[in-house]
Amino acid sequence: MSWMTTISVWIIPCFLLIVLITASWKKLPSYELFVEGGKEGVKLAFSLLPFLVGMIVAITILRSSGALGALIGLLTPVLTFIGVPPEVLPLALIRPISGTAALGMTAELIQTYGPDSFIGRLASTMQGSTDTTLYILTIYFGAVGIKKMRYALKVGLLADLVGIIVAIIIVSIVFG
Amino acid sequence: MVNLIWALMAIVGILYAMLNGTMDKVNKAIIESANEAVTLSIGLISILVFWLGVMKIAEAAGVLKLITKLMRPLIIKIFPEIPKDHPAMGYILSNFTANFFGLGNAATPLGIKAMQEMKNLSKSDTASRSMITFLAINTSSLTLIPTTVIAIRMQYNSASPTEIVGTTLIASIAGVTSAVLIDRYYYNKESRRK
Repeated sequence: MSWMTTISVWIIPCFLLIVLITASWKKLPSYELFVEGGKEGVKLAFSLLPFLVGMIVAITILRSSGALGALIGLLTPVLTFIGVPPEVLPLALIRPISGTAALGMTAELIQTYGPDSFIGRLASTMQGSTDTTLYILTIYFGAVGIKKMRYALKVGLLADLVGIIVAIIIVSIVFG
Repeated sequence: MVNLIWALMAIVGILYAMLNGTMDKVNKAIIESANEAVTLSIGLISILVFWLGVMKIAEAAGVLKLITKLMRPLIIKIFPEIPKDHPAMGYILSNFTANFFGLGNAATPLGIKAMQEMKNLSKSDTASRSMITFLAINTSSLTLIPTTVIAIRMQYNSASPTEIVGTTLIASIAGVTSAVLIDRYYYNKESRRK
């Protein structure tokens, strides 16, 4: 699967190349635009800070007390039987509920198991490949006053499940 | 729901520590992990500044518009109930493009606009078929480059922070495709019942 690694390495520099050539061709002030956009990045990082502190502290309490390990140990026989690494179960469960909570958990998993471990790679892929179903449905339906969601929740959650299964399979194939 | 889960994690952890004599570890973890989380958030600044800076240029240079144009024929097929030139279609496309480039903050207002336009089409407080399809795709998130994840990996000294771009892309394509298919399945099931 070396082509996959090639994509991963080439995609950012190539995208940057296309953007800069196009901008220069159109005589745009690319450096000024970069700085302007970059300021939003600073704001975004700081707005994430309290979410990350809250979630990482809570999950660390659960892990350092030994409760998380006990829970994972309890579920391991069932989960390994169906091929799910038990360590990522909490992440899989919280991913559809809260994006920032999931981000905190992903960070904690990467810290605990290492970014280049199987769990670290799997958590990274899971975090990046699905979004917060419940949050999105609440925000969007709420904003325009939709009262009956019909089958929207079912579709969203089932798609999340497929996304997580595919993440496990693809990470096993590429890095396993 | 998040509030309850969050509180429960800490409550269960502390109670478990009481019963199992691990309170010293928990006490230490509270202080250290808060510090850890702040360091992590500060570390996120680098890549977020870089990426949002590049995206600002991309937007001005019309690269986002080009992607929107390329997606259009496909998106029109996915939303058969929306007339081709209706404003809803434009907002849906811009929302997908913003999400694709990891511009979550820009995507949300566009998405709400899209929902309003779709509500103007359906004129009811029940979710329309197009709305459900739209949200199904949104919840499975098609992202080209997962910037925050890359930044976290960088913070923890990954040998190759971007190596998960390929796997993430494959997993999100599978997620979006299945979202569209599952949505079709339930739509057909419901219309057969009528």
